[in-house]
Amino acid sequence: MTNVGVVGAGVMGIGVAQDLAQKGHSVVLVDNNPEALDEALAKIELDCRLSRMLGGPAVDSEAVLASITAGTSLELLAETEVVIENITEDWELKSALYAQLDVVCKADTVFVANTSAIPITKLAALTSRPDKVMGVHFMNPVPMKAACEFIPGYHTSEQTKDTVRALLDSMGKKSIPVNDSPGFVSNRVLMLTVNEAAFLVHEGVADAKTVDEVFRSCFGHPMGPLETADLIGVDTILYSVEVLYEQFNDSKYRPCPLLKKMTDAGLHGRKSGEGFYVYQSMG
Amino acid sequence: MSNDARTQIRTFITTKFPDVTFSDEEDIFALGFVNSLFAMELVMFIEKAFGTRIPNEELHLGNFRSVALMADLVARQTSAAVG
Repeated sequence: MTNVGVVGAGVMGIGVAQDLAQKGHSVVLVDNNPEALDEALAKIELDCRLSRMLGGPAVDSEAVLASITAGTSLELLAETEVVIENITEDWELKSALYAQLDVVCKADTVFVANTSAIPITKLAALTSRPDKVMGVHFMNPVPMKAACEFIPGYHTSEQTKDTVRALLDSMGKKSIPVNDSPGFVSNRVLMLTVNEAAFLVHEGVADAKTVDEVFRSCFGHPMGPLETADLIGVDTILYSVEVLYEQFNDSKYRPCPLLKKMTDAGLHGRKSGEGFYVYQSMG
Repeated sequence: MSNDARTQIRTFITTKFPDVTFSDEEDIFALGFVNSLFAMELVMFIEKAFGTRIPNEELHLGNFRSVALMADLVARQTSAAVG
């Protein structure tokens, strides 16, 4: 059992915390928003209850919740062995957080960035322990996904890689190593696909349902790109495309104005009850 | 109660999928227009609309395959709460 800190109670942080707790680890979930923590615990309980129905194992929701300590103070992470960071894809927020984590955590605590586009080496440089920082790109929904991208930074040590690989093994996840680059493999392709799909809707070429239908029926994908955007979070898609644009300085990563408009309007996808589609909300 | 439940459940589904026609007994998953993620929405809707918490042993796709089966599930929960 590893004592793992999870920072950020958004879609990914919730999934990571739940999956770790389901696999017998002790989890400290930290977010600066107490309401987000309440919602996170409610979502974890619901997901555990529905696990079997959605094709996963039967999960004891009470045992999972008992393994998770939730709070708003980073001090709670003082005794953790590994911290997995899942906050908003925003460089200002991330740089402030890593500097704080470096102070509150033990000297040998490993930091894992569950970032989707920001380079790991750049995050590691914010700390006094660049050898103990690496990236893991978990896939959503985390408890249902059997693999993840495994991204060492320039200075990541072999010991750190071994620690993180062992943790991922315990979660039943295959680690697929890729080199550090903005967006890695998955999001460099996926975010551009979703962005272009949003342009199709924005330009009136096809509505969201039709775009997704092409991917489902013609390519045999289980979900279309805009359903996927709603699952990931429309705001997260926008931030990731913006990060790719900033990192590569290439206009092919220009974000679709529709993504900006939807993000401003609070149409963030499944988590907000509406995105490209409308959903039953938890509230 | 059961007819009322059927109406509410049917309204919830047809609001989301206005182009699809199906009977109360038809398997909505077999018809292919909903996926397992929608099953999660159905659970949340039923618990909220009928003020019940579905016990874990009842949380399987077999109870959510048709409007009729979902209405039966609601009826069982309601009678259990009364009894």
